[in-house]
Amino acid sequence: MEELKSFVVGSFTDEKVLFPAVKNVRKAGYKIHDVYTPFPVHGLDHAMGIRETSLHTAGFIYAITGTTTALTFMSWVFTKDWPLNIGGKPNFALPAWIPITFELTVLFSAVGMVLTFCYLCNLAPFVKKHHFHPRATDDLFVMVIECTEKTNDAEVQSFLQTAGAQEINIQEVETGWWIGRYDREQKLYKEEPGY
Amino acid sequence: MDHQFQLPGSYKKWTYGLIAVGVVALLYGFIMFNPFAHAGHGENVNSTRFWAVLLQNSVFFLLVVNAAMFFICVTTMAMAGWVVAFRRVSEAISSVVPILGVITFVILMSIVFGHRTDIYHWLDKEAVANDHILNGKKGFLNPMFYAIFSFCTIFLWWFLGKKMRSLSLESDRKGHMDYETGKKWIWDNTVWASLYTVVFTLTVASTIPWLWIMSIDAHWYSTMFSWYTFASTFVSGMSLIALFVIYLKNRGQLEYVTEEHLHDLGKFMFAFSVFWTYLWFSQYMLIWYSNQPEETKYFIERIGTAEKAGPYKAIFFLNLIINFLCPLLILMKKGSKRNWTMVTFMAVLIIFGHWIDFFQMVMPGTLHAHYSLGFFEFGTAALFIGLIMWGTGRYLTKHSLLAKNHPFLKESMIHHT
Repeated sequence: MEELKSFVVGSFTDEKVLFPAVKNVRKAGYKIHDVYTPFPVHGLDHAMGIRETSLHTAGFIYAITGTTTALTFMSWVFTKDWPLNIGGKPNFALPAWIPITFELTVLFSAVGMVLTFCYLCNLAPFVKKHHFHPRATDDLFVMVIECTEKTNDAEVQSFLQTAGAQEINIQEVETGWWIGRYDREQKLYKEEPGY
Repeated sequence: MDHQFQLPGSYKKWTYGLIAVGVVALLYGFIMFNPFAHAGHGENVNSTRFWAVLLQNSVFFLLVVNAAMFFICVTTMAMAGWVVAFRRVSEAISSVVPILGVITFVILMSIVFGHRTDIYHWLDKEAVANDHILNGKKGFLNPMFYAIFSFCTIFLWWFLGKKMRSLSLESDRKGHMDYETGKKWIWDNTVWASLYTVVFTLTVASTIPWLWIMSIDAHWYSTMFSWYTFASTFVSGMSLIALFVIYLKNRGQLEYVTEEHLHDLGKFMFAFSVFWTYLWFSQYMLIWYSNQPEETKYFIERIGTAEKAGPYKAIFFLNLIINFLCPLLILMKKGSKRNWTMVTFMAVLIIFGHWIDFFQMVMPGTLHAHYSLGFFEFGTAALFIGLIMWGTGRYLTKHSLLAKNHPFLKESMIHHT
């Protein structure tokens, strides 16, 4: 179900300022919801203390599912269900099945990983995502700090100020997804805060 | 930090120990196997064994050390920065090419001009004249072409590799390069690296494996064969580079090499093991599928038929387990590619696996069922490993371990996968 949460949003213009700020914010005990950057920043995941993704483990599991599916299905079809004499080859023609097994392995792992990735990132068709700052895709590094009932908003704001953030504001945003998002219209850049 | 490396006593002990074992094995073979006996097909099995083992080991190890220079050249052309931290190590390995090149050339010439028809059937003029297929290949498979082409190939590997190494050493004397000098130096490197790569492609990746190895089974041919041989030796070459890098790192050298570099070396070992399997399988499956008698003969000599197992069946599948299943399952995890012990273990395993791969390329066509894997085989391998250690160690101690003026050094130092 949807639920409103408030976030303190601060934007940075420089990576060099961002890194120590991330470190200090974490040290002070605030919970970083996420940092939005216009391009992949090396080492930022490490600085934010995000754990290593398990996406590759999921990929491995999808892959062996694909391998098993291909091999069991083909052996069932060609030896039990509908054996055919193809060029005098044995019915259990393993070498001929390897390319298909390989393809299904790749297909299962690729499609499975894409869907898992979308799920983990809350991405789906027609779901409108909230942008904390429209310039996060252009030239700003946007740090979003989650507020709990104990958090003092003003304190976080002044903390971000000293950490070097340029624009700081508080946003009330729905969390969770799938429900209640489809009808939301995306605002134009000039109507968003920051312009 | 001083980048001058002193060989520790244990390294020298191992080097000379391995060479001594090899020399003993060679003498043993020389005395016991009667290498100059008449080459009649299958008459003097021991004599055939002597030359086949020498052929397998010399060609394998020559192509492996040559792969180190190929690695330098392709990374130069790709403007890769990460290799600079350990570039001197691959240079050192490639400096063994002239040594092994001369030895290989002598062995190949002894086989061809010693009229070893038991190794190369196409040396038998009478058989060629009465054989439609061999007659058609006469322009390529004849002693003169073989000798001249082998000579030119080894010469070019040596010459172009030497040029690449001297360019690298020149940067030590040049001192810090400014932007323009650095650009010029990188350009020179790129030009020579491209020339080397062209020669490498026209030799290792096409003609040389046909000439040196595939012509053992002169009637048979496979268009995948050279790529398959290339993949085999390149992945062994990467493993050898990884082994030397890890050894030097353990000795407190190569300060800028980190887990990140090891991770990328591990990726090369993983990726090219899979690439090797792809070629191995492509060669196998097409022949299995089309089922032409003149093509399937190659595999029947190795694994046999459904009714009767061939003499190389165990080695054939061991090859697939060591060179495909083990790297695939063990090196797949990020953690094992960043683990120094695991990469060492896998590198040794991969080099051994591809040595076995070469064994089953050479032996079935020459020794048929009479092969053995004994002191002579492993002793000869020890000789070549000892020679590689000797040549590599010599280069490592003679020159700075770090290409300290390379314009990409910074990129290598901060390398992050």
